[in-house]
Amino acid sequence: MASVTRHELSNGMVILLKEVHSAPVISWWVMYRVGSRNEPTGRTGISHWVEHMMFKGTDQFPAGSLDRLVDRLGGSWNAHTYLDHTAYYETMPADQIDLALRIEADRMVNAHFDPEETESERTVIISERQGSENSPTFWLDEEIHAAAFRVHPYHHQIIGDMTDLKTMTRDDLYAHYHQYYMPNNAIGVMVGAFDTDEMLTKIRALYESIPAGPLPREFQREEPEQRGERRVMVEREGNASYVTLAYRAPAASHEDWFKLAALDSILGGPSGPGGGNIGSKTSRLYKALVEKELAVSVSGGISMTIDPYLYTIDATLRDGRTHQEIETALDAEISRLHNELVSQAELEKAKKQARAAFAYSNEGVTGQAFWLAYSEHIESYQLFGDYPERLQAVTAEDIQQVARKYLQPSRRTVGWFIPIESNGAEGEDE
Amino acid sequence: MAAQLSSSSILSAIPGPDDIIRRELPNGITVLVRENFTAQSVVITGSLVAGAVFESPEKQGLVGFATSSLMRGTKNRDFTRIHEELEGVGANLRIGGGMHEVSFGGKSLGEDLPLLLDILSDALRNPSFPEAQVERLRGEIMTGLKIRLQNTRYMASRQFARMIYPPEHPYHRFADGEFERIKNMTIDDLRGFHERQFGPQDMIVVVVGNVKADDAVAQVGHYLGDWVNPHQQAHPELPPVESPSEVSYANVVIPGKSQSDIVLGVPGPSRYADDFQAARMANNVLGVFGMMGRLGKNVREEKGLAYYSYSQLEGGPGPGAWRVIAGVDPSSVKLAVEGIKVELDRMLNEPVSEDDLNDNKMNLIGSLPLQLESNEGVAGSIYNMEYYGLGLDYLRRYANMINGLQASQLQEAMHRYWSTNAFALAVAGPELEGPVL
Repeated sequence: MASVTRHELSNGMVILLKEVHSAPVISWWVMYRVGSRNEPTGRTGISHWVEHMMFKGTDQFPAGSLDRLVDRLGGSWNAHTYLDHTAYYETMPADQIDLALRIEADRMVNAHFDPEETESERTVIISERQGSENSPTFWLDEEIHAAAFRVHPYHHQIIGDMTDLKTMTRDDLYAHYHQYYMPNNAIGVMVGAFDTDEMLTKIRALYESIPAGPLPREFQREEPEQRGERRVMVEREGNASYVTLAYRAPAASHEDWFKLAALDSILGGPSGPGGGNIGSKTSRLYKALVEKELAVSVSGGISMTIDPYLYTIDATLRDGRTHQEIETALDAEISRLHNELVSQAELEKAKKQARAAFAYSNEGVTGQAFWLAYSEHIESYQLFGDYPERLQAVTAEDIQQVARKYLQPSRRTVGWFIPIESNGAEGEDE
Repeated sequence: MAAQLSSSSILSAIPGPDDIIRRELPNGITVLVRENFTAQSVVITGSLVAGAVFESPEKQGLVGFATSSLMRGTKNRDFTRIHEELEGVGANLRIGGGMHEVSFGGKSLGEDLPLLLDILSDALRNPSFPEAQVERLRGEIMTGLKIRLQNTRYMASRQFARMIYPPEHPYHRFADGEFERIKNMTIDDLRGFHERQFGPQDMIVVVVGNVKADDAVAQVGHYLGDWVNPHQQAHPELPPVESPSEVSYANVVIPGKSQSDIVLGVPGPSRYADDFQAARMANNVLGVFGMMGRLGKNVREEKGLAYYSYSQLEGGPGPGAWRVIAGVDPSSVKLAVEGIKVELDRMLNEPVSEDDLNDNKMNLIGSLPLQLESNEGVAGSIYNMEYYGLGLDYLRRYANMINGLQASQLQEAMHRYWSTNAFALAVAGPELEGPVL
């Protein structure tokens, strides 16, 4: 695999470059160290709204011009806001990458936040939240986070609470932008068909003149230890039932994180970079719930996060099954992890899958650039490259140890989505 | 000014006849391979001629059910073995039933291509439809269908299809079936569909990635070259579809929802239609280019009514839908529909400006290289060239073809398919107050 070079500009911006010449395309990402984790009550959803405003124009690129410029050169671009970061990218034909560099350098400090545009975007974001609300699992997820995190901002959804979306002001947004958008709070990553020396010169020319700012004082509210199971019930219109178990899990930097990731591969199926390419029909949970006709789908999930977050298990009930039946079956699988070592065959399979998944994740330039930026933000870009090796080091004893430590009822929030009659839904056959 | 692919290095990376190996096997399978040794993986993609168009209305959902059963057990492998073999090496394989074809796709490390093809061949040729597995699958499908009844976009789209296609047309129905029909389907139905429809005639297999082309062709031949099915039926003729003669409206009420989904449209051109490229570019102007085209500008950017508001041209083997999709606050449905109609009127009554035309040409041509970012993207491009008979030099000719389009052709295509006095509008979400038209 081609190597990554890491550079730090004089203003503190971290740059990672990796040449990949398999296709004539380049992906450029800029990731800011700000996400919903940094939001106080009253301004929930502000990072995501700021992300939207970054598409609303600067002096150099007025509102509406950016979309046209990128599209007419055949590029693809987007942005997303997560718990711990906000990221922007352009993937362009290789000879058109200069536009991407100019756009991101410009909007790092020059975004307008025009008051009229801000108001117009308020209704767009409310509409985005309403679209999510149409999904029953959104409501369950929101209640589980609110119960699992009483203090820490992981408490709220990334989109934000509706009440805050209605009341936040343009000045709130602009202040947030100024607080967090600066080169010394950003990571730039480029992967694709370019020459490293030449590209670094271009990047320096555009980005090094942007002045560093005072690094934001981190908004920190540590979540107290959980002592005792928490339960939430959501009763809304719907046709299906869902159960979620959400266990308090360690931060990605903790030595136990990779042990839990290996546990998740065996319990719920492959996860991590590229893991989505591999099925999970031989996982323990699939065998225990889907093959036993209790659920129609089940999955596990663990995220690399800066602060301790959640290990979740989500199940969609098969028609006619009860929430309690699902919970009992899940508990039996957790007990099995507590009481018996996983087999060497299961462990070897998880490791082989991690190797294949890693190979897949190294094929597209867009995905590689994202994972490098994500890893650098969490710990170091090398975390991405080391992912398979760190999983290789996990033993059956390690998995039992983290199962006993983290997968305890007293550390979890249990959520049930209970559908109530949805009179009027036109569901009959023709 | 003619839009062009911007450099010779990009032009030379576009797949073409000189780097795609194409072989026809004696049993009717066409194999296409492109090597890529910079990746460790290999992907396969392809299809065979067996889709929902072969179903009778009473058996709606049969192709989806039968196809999903294929990897539940074969004469040589049970469910567990199929998935242990695949997942054990980090490979995946999916087979899905569509309207006109059964499609498949898989991915593995290069050295595991024989395993992938072996299991694909076994699933396509030797399914055993084990009763316990079929019943398990039936329950999963039925729960899935119930969940979809709560999905506003799905329900608006389903209602829309019922409005623009006559009941005798297969497009009137969704390929994933409906509750009572899935409930009553028998294993004999599944087996019968497989026996009648699954065969190698006109099957396409594309392989891209870390494998030598000759080896890939030989492996496909090894696993699928001796497959024959003398009973395989030919693709049926589709009944005609008339353009709508008036505006029709339906509201699917789903209580408890925060947002209404709007689907507004008409039957569009098939991929084979002479005006397909003109219609495709008109659609790009209307609801794709930039932030969801003119629809995105009007309904999202200027009015702030929606998170998404875009248009979509299906353009498959038949007259697939050409439609506008938007998700809005229930109180804004009327305003959003008015905004959509304004943009449709503009497309119908004003030629697209030279600037807009050139921007869209540059977009359609310039975005070609991005399809080459992954093996999946390359395989998909090669598959389309073969499936629609475009010729393996299609992507190399593409820029000239797009550059030749005139604003008048876009307007003619709009007039052929659209009228703001004749379309179907389906809205799904909470009960609406007041008229929307």
